[in-house]
Amino acid sequence: MRAFSQLLDGLVYTRSRNGKLDLIANYMRTAPDPDRGWALAALTGNLDLKAVKASAIGEMIRDRTDPVLFEMSRDYVGDLAETVALLWPKREDQPPEIDDATLSLSAVVDRLHAVSRAAAPAKLAQMMDHLDASGRFALLKLATGGLRVGISARLAKTGFAQAFNLDVDDVEECWHALSPPYTTLFEWAEGKSDRPDPAGTPFFRPFMLAHPLEAESVDLTDYAAEWKWDGIRVQIVGTGEQTRLYSRAGDDITGSFPEIAAAFRHHAVLDGELLVKGEFQGGQEHGGAAASFNALQQRLGRKAVTAKMMDDYPAFVRLYDILLDADEDLRALPWEQRRAALETTVPKLDPHRFDISALIEATDFESLADIRAGARDAAIEGVMLKRRDSPYVAGRKAALWYKWKRDPLTADCVMMYAQRGHGKRSSFYSDYTFGCWTDEGELLPVGKAYSGFTDEELKWLDRFVRTNTVNRFGPVREVEKSLVLEVAFDSIHESKRHKSGLAMRFPRIARIRRDKPPHEADTVAGLRRLVS
Amino acid sequence: MPHWIEPHPTGIYVRPADAWIDPSVPQARALVTHGHADHARGGHGHVWATEETLAIMALRYGTAFGTPVGYGEEVRMGGVTIRYVPAGHVLGSAQIVLEHAGERVVVTGDYKRRPDPTCKPFEPVPCDILVTEATFGLPVFRHPDTGSEVDRLLAALHAHPDRCVLVGAYALGKAQRLIGELRGRGHHDPIYIHGALERMCALYADFGIDLGELRPATGIPAKDMRGHIVVSPPSALNDRWSRRLPDPITAMASGWMRVRQRARQKNVELPLVISDHADWDELTDTLREVAPSETWITHGREEALLHWCMTHQMRARALEMVGREDEDEG
Repeated sequence: MRAFSQLLDGLVYTRSRNGKLDLIANYMRTAPDPDRGWALAALTGNLDLKAVKASAIGEMIRDRTDPVLFEMSRDYVGDLAETVALLWPKREDQPPEIDDATLSLSAVVDRLHAVSRAAAPAKLAQMMDHLDASGRFALLKLATGGLRVGISARLAKTGFAQAFNLDVDDVEECWHALSPPYTTLFEWAEGKSDRPDPAGTPFFRPFMLAHPLEAESVDLTDYAAEWKWDGIRVQIVGTGEQTRLYSRAGDDITGSFPEIAAAFRHHAVLDGELLVKGEFQGGQEHGGAAASFNALQQRLGRKAVTAKMMDDYPAFVRLYDILLDADEDLRALPWEQRRAALETTVPKLDPHRFDISALIEATDFESLADIRAGARDAAIEGVMLKRRDSPYVAGRKAALWYKWKRDPLTADCVMMYAQRGHGKRSSFYSDYTFGCWTDEGELLPVGKAYSGFTDEELKWLDRFVRTNTVNRFGPVREVEKSLVLEVAFDSIHESKRHKSGLAMRFPRIARIRRDKPPHEADTVAGLRRLVS
Repeated sequence: MPHWIEPHPTGIYVRPADAWIDPSVPQARALVTHGHADHARGGHGHVWATEETLAIMALRYGTAFGTPVGYGEEVRMGGVTIRYVPAGHVLGSAQIVLEHAGERVVVTGDYKRRPDPTCKPFEPVPCDILVTEATFGLPVFRHPDTGSEVDRLLAALHAHPDRCVLVGAYALGKAQRLIGELRGRGHHDPIYIHGALERMCALYADFGIDLGELRPATGIPAKDMRGHIVVSPPSALNDRWSRRLPDPITAMASGWMRVRQRARQKNVELPLVISDHADWDELTDTLREVAPSETWITHGREEALLHWCMTHQMRARALEMVGREDEDEG
């Protein structure tokens, strides 16, 4: 168990993505079977154990410690599992902080699989006695079904692929043909057998992505244009019997949007934008409308969805592309042919949950530019340009697809607070909260940004923060309200989260306006007029 | 009648000796347990402390002053017999044992029970009144074996030959102990140290504590520090100073590192639970062993320890001391 608990600890403390990948890869290379398979299941969220209730843990610890000391400890530590893991008193004849190596991860999983609810506290306690604090924490997190180490399933798979020099997309393609502890997967990874055959399972295919448009113009005889909708990219994979939804990172999000999966009985793989119904972005003339990204956000990252959530924020998918039609792989075909296939497919789908992303009719690039300029009123993020002969290929390939976002909005704001960044930036004050003026002459925070500046500018900003600090609140420094930052953002919305009542989307520092006196910065009222 | 020992927010007053123990404001006569700034302040008229503690105070506050008291040596002061006994906390740290009118009082100062290559081990002294610290006075604080923590540090170092491991450790005590523990685990490579540690490490060496080869971490190219351990005060971990280092893995040696959130807040990637204070088991074991008829708790999480004393039929009270834990946070 120690190797696994050390891995979890490492993942909690390591900030960098590469660091996390190294940890996972190293574990996958060195841990024995079937431990590493169970670990991979736990990290990807595929370990299905009868969850032990938190109350069982409470019961277990109350039998063993003074309840007053337990409550004081819990007040101090916060997390129940961590508190119990830390103060677990071992029996007198055992050294307190040693993992005695008698319990392997697979032994723990076997026991947790078999345990009944009534026997859970006693069984857990028995295992706790053999572990150190990290091991006890890992055990309790496994038992209650929430590892929460801050990594996605995709990252875990990427780490696994890295361990054996595999392409993560090859792993992804066979993933759903497998089940924990993934014996066949490890055999293939180590060259002992062929790749498991994914046929008949709804597995993820890597997305095709777009570059930002940098050229002055493109020829519309070569490129088709459509609206860039502001939701999240999803892939719908249906085998006719099963349907799965995948996010751009390849994470299975079917559970968060059961109504979409339930409405799709088709045998195909489609690419589209997941949106919530509404009138915020687009309209009839854009081939449909949708609610704002904020509305969709209410539905993201949820394990369980209530009927009320589905009623209040009804989801649908606006389709962009088709990758597979039944068993026929269309990805090598030119976009035009795939589009034609998509147009024949969409009418067969539930119109309540699926529509097609309309193409923009423009005679030439100039008229497209005009249409795009008008899109702001319709709160549309921008325009996509797709080469008519482009195959569907993984990742970003030059000159095939472009995103042409509308120009950002900007506002002159005053820096109010700064905070240190993470990782390589941990010695820099790189996260800035900025504000605008109220009618009463008070500065109210309107947003926070930590990008957009060059390394040189960051050094300058860091120095500014250090020499102009007027107050410290833990890690946060309040600065002299003297520096104007030109902030660029894609859009601005009403929000209850901030005192100013406004929230920016994708705010970043466009320019440092050392030339501008702070009282000439923008007002909250002015910003409010930009709300789309 | 008031007791001959009086706790005050600014220190413990020993009335018949007219002297203060670890006063936080300047006093004419001060008995000092050890050199950390929350116990040893500058500006006292006369100080009684171990030779090592006096040297540390001289280094920090300038001129040497006061009377050195060796471990075990007896000093008589206005009808009080005073003895300094090793506390195992840092170099020169002492418990102060006071005897008067047939009663024995032990003031532990800060202490720990586990071995430390840089100072003499704690000696339990049975007494009537024990005045104890409680920095880690919660049962969640149970420091793991020091050797296994040091091994984790060495494993991280060897796994990343292109990086360095930067360990935050308090300038007095923890830094030298960490270096000593590393040497004890067979790590004899040069260790790079922050400028703020240089004089204290030299002082330890003067007292015969071999810390091996130490090099200043300033003024040398980053690449020379790859694959090496760098030790700095905790405040330099995430500050501009650390930008000179080759892609450091940030570690911190402190008892607080046992709690995830504390380590995360400090941006620490490699938390090492190495403490110079007694953990919960050491605190309670010491109380059982010394078996005082009354316990006074000076600072830390005294509530939990008070509760423990109560449930074990021991009389205890919490003193309201000010300004403790300013410097050495565990």
